[in-house]
Amino acid sequence: MHTPALTTPKRRVAAGLLPRLSAFAALLVLLGLGGLLGLWYGAVQIPAQEVLRALLGWQDNPIITELRLPRVLGAILVGAALGLSGAAFQGLFRNPLADPYLMGSAAGAAFGVTLAVSLAGGLSGAFAQHAIFGFLPSSATWFGFLGAVGAVLLVLLLSGGASRTHDLILAGVVVGSILVGLTSYLMLQDADRVRAVFAYTLGNLAFISWQGVGSLAGYLLLTLPVFLLLGRTLNALTLGEETARSLGLPLEGLKLLLIGVCTLLTAAAVAQAGIIGFVGLVAPHVLRRLLGGDYRYLLPASALGGAVLLLWADLGARVLVAPAELPVGIVTTLLGGPFFLYLLWRERRRYG
Amino acid sequence: MARLPHSDGVAIPRGLAAHNLGFSYRHKRVLEGLSLHLEPGEWLALLGPNGSGKSTLLRLLAGLVKPTEGAVYLEGRPLGSYSSWARGQAIAFLPQNGGYPEDLTVEEVVALGRTPHLGLLGRLGKADLEALEWALTQTQVAAFRHRRLPTLSGGERQRVLLARALAAQPRFLLLDEPTNHLDLHHQAEFLGLLAGLRSLGLGILTVLHDPNLAARADRVAFLLEGSLLALGHPAEVLNQPLLRRVYGPGVQVHRVKDRPVVLLEE
Repeated sequence: MHTPALTTPKRRVAAGLLPRLSAFAALLVLLGLGGLLGLWYGAVQIPAQEVLRALLGWQDNPIITELRLPRVLGAILVGAALGLSGAAFQGLFRNPLADPYLMGSAAGAAFGVTLAVSLAGGLSGAFAQHAIFGFLPSSATWFGFLGAVGAVLLVLLLSGGASRTHDLILAGVVVGSILVGLTSYLMLQDADRVRAVFAYTLGNLAFISWQGVGSLAGYLLLTLPVFLLLGRTLNALTLGEETARSLGLPLEGLKLLLIGVCTLLTAAAVAQAGIIGFVGLVAPHVLRRLLGGDYRYLLPASALGGAVLLLWADLGARVLVAPAELPVGIVTTLLGGPFFLYLLWRERRRYG
Repeated sequence: MARLPHSDGVAIPRGLAAHNLGFSYRHKRVLEGLSLHLEPGEWLALLGPNGSGKSTLLRLLAGLVKPTEGAVYLEGRPLGSYSSWARGQAIAFLPQNGGYPEDLTVEEVVALGRTPHLGLLGRLGKADLEALEWALTQTQVAAFRHRRLPTLSGGERQRVLLARALAAQPRFLLLDEPTNHLDLHHQAEFLGLLAGLRSLGLGILTVLHDPNLAARADRVAFLLEGSLLALGHPAEVLNQPLLRRVYGPGVQVHRVKDRPVVLLEE
């Protein structure tokens, strides 16, 4: 058998270590800064020293510890979940326009929550209106979570597993449309429901409780090792599925595993915060430009990037029309949409 | 020809061998009763009209598809008995339209070829980095190792994908129409690279469309409607009666420097 020429490698593979480190450092700085601003800024003005004292537990301040801190942590965790799933789905479907909701999880969550509100609606309209984020957080989030997971399971069932990627996308579109239709039907039954569900579909971080933060953190911790494990698989997938299999990767199982962890994360995120658009699409896309396409770095970077993006978008949602607030989903869509168009336009100019 | 005895009494050739191979897809027979083998250090060209089953045969030999009849043997053992990692270490496969990564550098793409040796988590060790250097050097792509693939010419890109396949230091290399989108110069350059790899003991199988390119191989296997029509030295296989039977009466075979040259006249 042949042996490699006896040359010592002069350059290591991790040639781009410095730009990668500085990108991670910049993201962490933005995250810290956004977090501090998120704790400090609000309808009630609280001096910075008091914010610090409340954080350290030296002084009791429920506005900081019960409202702003879970909101900031929620934004970070939801953004990280969407960034991770977005990056993983873009790799799995080998499509830079894939987003975490591609396989129907958003439509499923919306349907689940609408169903929860419809069931609660039997009690009273006013109650239903608050049911989602106010008085019935656990049941509504559970319905949202189960709706998202159920939609993805249905898509997997319809496309006969994960082996044919195109079938997954098609089934995702079909299941999504049917669920949107059913959701619309339920919403038409009662104007109050329309309002509550509409608020949910726009996405909102204002109502995340400590319980929600705990559940999001749990799902992230549970799935993070799997994402770290799957970086190499996603890298190999850029060569095409056949080549990836020829390299020895047990692709069918790995794809199911990937869809599983992405679905859990996305379902947890939408159940807590509603359907927040563009974060899972833009964060991986921008970071791919900055860091290159190695998923072993891109996945953790997209988690950080999604967190930074959503944290600052939520600040925008609180500042732009103060003292009122915008749903954060509107901010991410209004900022993310044009920015994404700009990226595509620049790309087209670069490659002609 | 060296043959190893096999447990079921059938003599299985060394190297990568198809034994009485058959494959059906949705009740349609794509391949039937096909036997051939690829020896270490030889270049075998697979020739045949569209739909003759060339690509299917390549996928069967790569272990990506399971045969419906017969079996593929790798060095005397059924290919199905190898782990997927061991299979990936022995056989490298380069599909025709596999696509290429747009956001990875040349070096990162070639390093992906080490996957069969690394498993899911493994980091590149000293042996992996040496193999990487070797693959980059063999294919002459080391000079632009830090560039991304969209910035390369078609010929350079194809050499990078070859380097990816070589990085696993496979014993057999299966390539599906590797010269398809290359101009005349780059076709010659690419096939020259392949010819050079034979001396390292690598067994190479290429699916090719053009009989004139296949004429440069050590042996040619001619496939027609899922069966082996002819197998042997290019000068024997690429004869006028056979090619006229397949491609029509306009085919003329000439000889230049002992090599058949195929022309088609309308």
